[in-house]
Amino acid sequence: MLEVRDLEVAFGQIAPLCGVSFALEKGETLGIVGESGSGKSLTAMSVMGLLPLSGGRITAGSIIFDGQELTKLPEAAYRKLRGGRLGLITQNPMTSLDPLQKIGPQVDAVARLHLGITGQQARARTIEILGTLRIPEPALICDRYPHQMSGGMKQRIVIAGALAANPDLLVADEPTTALDVTVQAQIIRLLDDLVKERALSLVLITHDMSVVAQTCDKVVVMYAGRAIEQGPVEAIFAEPQHPYTQALIGCIPKGLSEDEHLVGIPGTVPTVMNYPKGCPFHPRCIRAEDICTKTSPSLLPRGDGAVSCHFPGAAP
Amino acid sequence: MLIPVSISISVVIFLIVQLLPGDPIDNLIRVGSSTEDRKTLVLKYGLDQPLAVQYFRWIGAIFQGDFGEAIVLRRPVADLIAQNLPYSLRLGGAAFAFSSIAGITLGTISATTRSAIVENIMRGFILLGSTVPGFWLALLMILFFAVQLQWFPVSGAKGWSSLVLPVLTIGFGGVALVARVTRVALLDVRREDFVTLLHAKGLPSRTILFRHLMPHAMLPVVTILALRIGWILGGAVTVEFVFGRPGLGSLLIRAIGQRDYPLVQGCLLMLALAVMLGTLIGDVTQAAMDPRIRETKK
Repeated sequence: MLEVRDLEVAFGQIAPLCGVSFALEKGETLGIVGESGSGKSLTAMSVMGLLPLSGGRITAGSIIFDGQELTKLPEAAYRKLRGGRLGLITQNPMTSLDPLQKIGPQVDAVARLHLGITGQQARARTIEILGTLRIPEPALICDRYPHQMSGGMKQRIVIAGALAANPDLLVADEPTTALDVTVQAQIIRLLDDLVKERALSLVLITHDMSVVAQTCDKVVVMYAGRAIEQGPVEAIFAEPQHPYTQALIGCIPKGLSEDEHLVGIPGTVPTVMNYPKGCPFHPRCIRAEDICTKTSPSLLPRGDGAVSCHFPGAAP
Repeated sequence: MLIPVSISISVVIFLIVQLLPGDPIDNLIRVGSSTEDRKTLVLKYGLDQPLAVQYFRWIGAIFQGDFGEAIVLRRPVADLIAQNLPYSLRLGGAAFAFSSIAGITLGTISATTRSAIVENIMRGFILLGSTVPGFWLALLMILFFAVQLQWFPVSGAKGWSSLVLPVLTIGFGGVALVARVTRVALLDVRREDFVTLLHAKGLPSRTILFRHLMPHAMLPVVTILALRIGWILGGAVTVEFVFGRPGLGSLLIRAIGQRDYPLVQGCLLMLALAVMLGTLIGDVTQAAMDPRIRETKK
């Protein structure tokens, strides 16, 4: 369904993303995890063909969607795919809807544009979709403005907009980060159900390992603009090979006992301007040796997945 | 809100005029008149009364629709204003329309163009328009379009052709201001998440610009334009003067020169009303455009 190969993105002279590859089949959910600034959102924007909005461009690699090469697709054709076959769900529902327009027309627009149906039919469809997303009184909601809705409701409406034209692939860029914990669980469950009911493919970008464990089939772990480990979720969680993946999994809180402390990873993600030489993770890595500061490891197959580390292996 | 503001403005207008040195009688009496003559005049216009009494007399009369009589010009203030207001309205209205239409168009072009040359020309124009003083531009306009090319009359207020140069002069600054605000607002809105999402829905850029970006960008523009309604009526003084046009501005300047208290007060009150009316129109328009504002006003 979707195959990304050696994707590289540049903003002017700066290359915040290099060598990202993954593949996704129909009905599968792929998780992309990593800390802020690791290039997750850029990957999403690349797939949606929206990099030019922020001044970026794809400098190498390919994105193949349903047999079609997207990186060389003319804008007009890409526009038909966007909203039509590719749906995007953004991070912050508070700012993702036009505050000056009613909910109804904002969702209608997608079906009108891509399915060629008219006002009445589009509205009926909107009401139906809002209903399936468990929004109460969908017909009334259509006449409301975004600021009259709660965050969780707004995110459902954003999802409705992404689903309105029956897409094949959904890209959800941290869809729950800006929401309350209880609402987070609802939205994740909703997305999970949608994937199963509609045989959708979902690229779920998150920094929450526990969300990945619950919903994804495959996972790509990103760090400093690279995919450093990837593979089936069970394998990655059972035997993570990269020290960063191990640290991420170690950060998931396990219980509520008094003497258990929240675990973090010491240090911070390097910014694009100062990616370290060699392996980008070496300044924070417990296994780092001389070679890690000099040469960057490449992503090599290992077990069911692939890992990019000079000293891969299960945690000691 | 409008009522307390109106009251305080009337007090300020009244007092500020009294602060001016000299009085209207100086302009009225002939050289060689006796102090008795002077006294009778002072008594006639009630200038010997305490300020508070004078104020309440004035404001009381205004509530009955009587703006008093201009002391030096010896005509009812209301008549003088009624005579001059149409000229100001015509000039102000035309300049307002010109600066809105041209400003919004130029601002939109400069925010959406991908050509660096167009963008730089726009920026240069906006900078010039915001800084060049009106009276100097007016003189240049007269020199070039009226004296050299003889396309338009040098001065006066006869017919529509005499309106062109003053409107261009006043409008120039307005165009630059509106263009700048439009440009900045458009660039700001374009960075919002919902715009990314609109692109992700596959909407064409043109639809996004006109149906979603423009309504947002117009919110600050409406504020600016509303403030300019009052400014354009009274702020055109120098331009009216250079082009020798009648109008509220010229009337006010003459009244101040002659210390004609009732006339100055009447003119200032009109201008203050225009500013308040402009603000009100701006608020109402914004509420019509933005559901969030409607909600908070309820």
